[in-house]
Amino acid sequence: MSSSRDRIFATLRAGLKHTVDDPARPAAVAERIASHPRNLLPQRAQLPHAEQVALFTAKVEALTVTVDSVAGVADVPGRIADYLARHNLPSRLRVAPDPLLQSLPWSERPMLQIDYGGGRSQDLVSVTPAFAAIAETGTLMLQSSSTTPTTLHFVPDHHIVVLKESQVTGTLEEAFQRLRDKLAKSDKDWVENWPRTVNFVTGPSRTADIEGVPVLGAHGPRRLHIVLIADGA
Amino acid sequence: MSMEVTAQNFEANAAKALRDPNLRKAMGIISGPMASRRVETARELPEFEALRDEGVKIKNHVLQHIDLYLEKFEQQLTARGGKLHWCRTPREARETVLALCRSRDAKIVTKGKSMVTEEIGLNDFLLEHGITPVETDLGEYIIQLAHEPPSHIIGPALHKTREQIADLFEEHHPDYELNGKKAGTRSTEPQVLVTEARSVLRDTYFRADVGITGANFLIAETGATVIVTNEGNGDLTQSLPKMHIAVSSIEKVIPTLEDLSTILRVLARSATGQEMSCYTTLSCGPKRAEDIDGPEEFHVVLVDNGRSEMLGTALQPLLRCIRCGACMNNCPVYHSVGGHAYGWVYPGPIGAALDPHMIGLETARHLPNASTFCGKCEEVCPMRIPLPDIMRHWRELAHEQQITPPLQRWGIEAWAFAAKHPWLYRLGARVAIAALKLLGKDKGRIASLPLASGWTDGRDFPAPQSADTFMSQYKKRSH
Repeated sequence: MSSSRDRIFATLRAGLKHTVDDPARPAAVAERIASHPRNLLPQRAQLPHAEQVALFTAKVEALTVTVDSVAGVADVPGRIADYLARHNLPSRLRVAPDPLLQSLPWSERPMLQIDYGGGRSQDLVSVTPAFAAIAETGTLMLQSSSTTPTTLHFVPDHHIVVLKESQVTGTLEEAFQRLRDKLAKSDKDWVENWPRTVNFVTGPSRTADIEGVPVLGAHGPRRLHIVLIADGA
Repeated sequence: MSMEVTAQNFEANAAKALRDPNLRKAMGIISGPMASRRVETARELPEFEALRDEGVKIKNHVLQHIDLYLEKFEQQLTARGGKLHWCRTPREARETVLALCRSRDAKIVTKGKSMVTEEIGLNDFLLEHGITPVETDLGEYIIQLAHEPPSHIIGPALHKTREQIADLFEEHHPDYELNGKKAGTRSTEPQVLVTEARSVLRDTYFRADVGITGANFLIAETGATVIVTNEGNGDLTQSLPKMHIAVSSIEKVIPTLEDLSTILRVLARSATGQEMSCYTTLSCGPKRAEDIDGPEEFHVVLVDNGRSEMLGTALQPLLRCIRCGACMNNCPVYHSVGGHAYGWVYPGPIGAALDPHMIGLETARHLPNASTFCGKCEEVCPMRIPLPDIMRHWRELAHEQQITPPLQRWGIEAWAFAAKHPWLYRLGARVAIAALKLLGKDKGRIASLPLASGWTDGRDFPAPQSADTFMSQYKKRSH
């Protein structure tokens, strides 16, 4: 008896009828994968970089995300401490062990308890970097890695993202290309270095499952906060 | 033993639904805010219509090369350390998932929302074999407590009122106490109910041995599966347990990340009227050796269940469907009878077109008739699936195969004969008009009519104002 895989493929190939043996088919598929052409890109985010940053900020704020713009990395711990105070939160942070975040001058805020690692049930506030941000829809792009655990994006009540303005792009397509470029830098093809998880996050967790009423904080973070570091800093 | 089928009772189901006041309220939410949010966000993107065309183009391209893209997907998934399980039937899929759960000695599995797991009847099967599946999407959680099937593909519990949900939570969370809500006190506020479900499920995410999600897309280029959600439950489900199983179906494969980007632009807008859903997650293989978290094993259970047979037939356009639910949000029949009346996993226009293939035309024969042919479903479908044409195809087939009741078939044949013989048609029309005019007497309306009680039980039938046929009136006027 042939395997289910064989039988599914046999039925599919029968459905393709006379086209099935067309030698142009494998070439067309290989070409599309290799060149991964872009389809129509909306005009909305085809803007100079400064305007993309402004569009990104406007888009996330419309989703109830708060944005705190800072002049440089040195300001980040203070602003995060302010956020905790504003929301009456304990001063414990679960932080992604990412080089940028580890290099922040946390010691200037001795009240803050910094703890590096993945999300645990007791963690109320996480701090993570992002890989990129997409102006078109106000979306953050985050990836899993040895320094950026995915659970920090979903387990805590408050998710704080430290983002540089230079990470803001126009579209999903540009963000994907940035990730391909970054992954291709090592000796392997980019796809071989593709991470386990890529998260696109657009606003805090929400649901409308009860009578269609929008409610924030369903299972993921109730609040999303971005500390946005100015370019050139 | 897939989900229980009641599609053969559509007429009775619909009659019952029409008398349900809670359902009337719920359907107002779908036909009102849900349908109008789509229109608003679509209007804010000038390229929306052109993007729909791009989406259709992508899906049509995939369908011409689906065998090759599935092979590519399998190759990439395997190279990233994932494992693909091909399943022709629901039974094979259920048994594959069960065997995977047993390999982990699983007692509790968390589940993200997945229509394909509804299609294969996974939850009941796992329960029968001593494994507890816990639905974590709020809507799915609610209907799991109520022991009901979903009534809508993206809002499975939209038929439930807040009072009914509060009742369920009171019954199932007797010890719940948080944020000022004391055990035994009752609230019907959506915010309070959401918080309650959140706290009750929190611990389960960490205790689960296996996490099962669906997949909206499979990307051939990278071997990644994609889920599109709002609550974050799918991500907790797939990142905390040691094993992640994604259950999906073969038509979900797309070529590249660029193609994903294009289709995402129309998906959320068509579904919930958002520009992007809160969480779009690409999952590719198990956690890497150096990763801090993520599952140790990643399995994709790929279900066919008759889809491969649709290729090259009149049903092929249905394989473009991205399960957004816009067709049901905009269907006057769905608005009247709700999702349960359809009697199987996929309700609304997509169900009326798809279910006859999946559960048999004999069983689902009423569904293609549950349409006014207003064409709204095709108009809003982001993938421009000709849903009315496909329903018409099923109606014709039901007639040919004599599945339609004899009286109806003879009636249609008699009408067709008359329509092909104008003198007979005119004679018939003249007799009918005279008879109706007589029945209407002076009132101009008819309160009951033999063979037409389906109409006259609810309202009067208008009597003709003149004893003349249209043709004879037309002739008089053209002189």
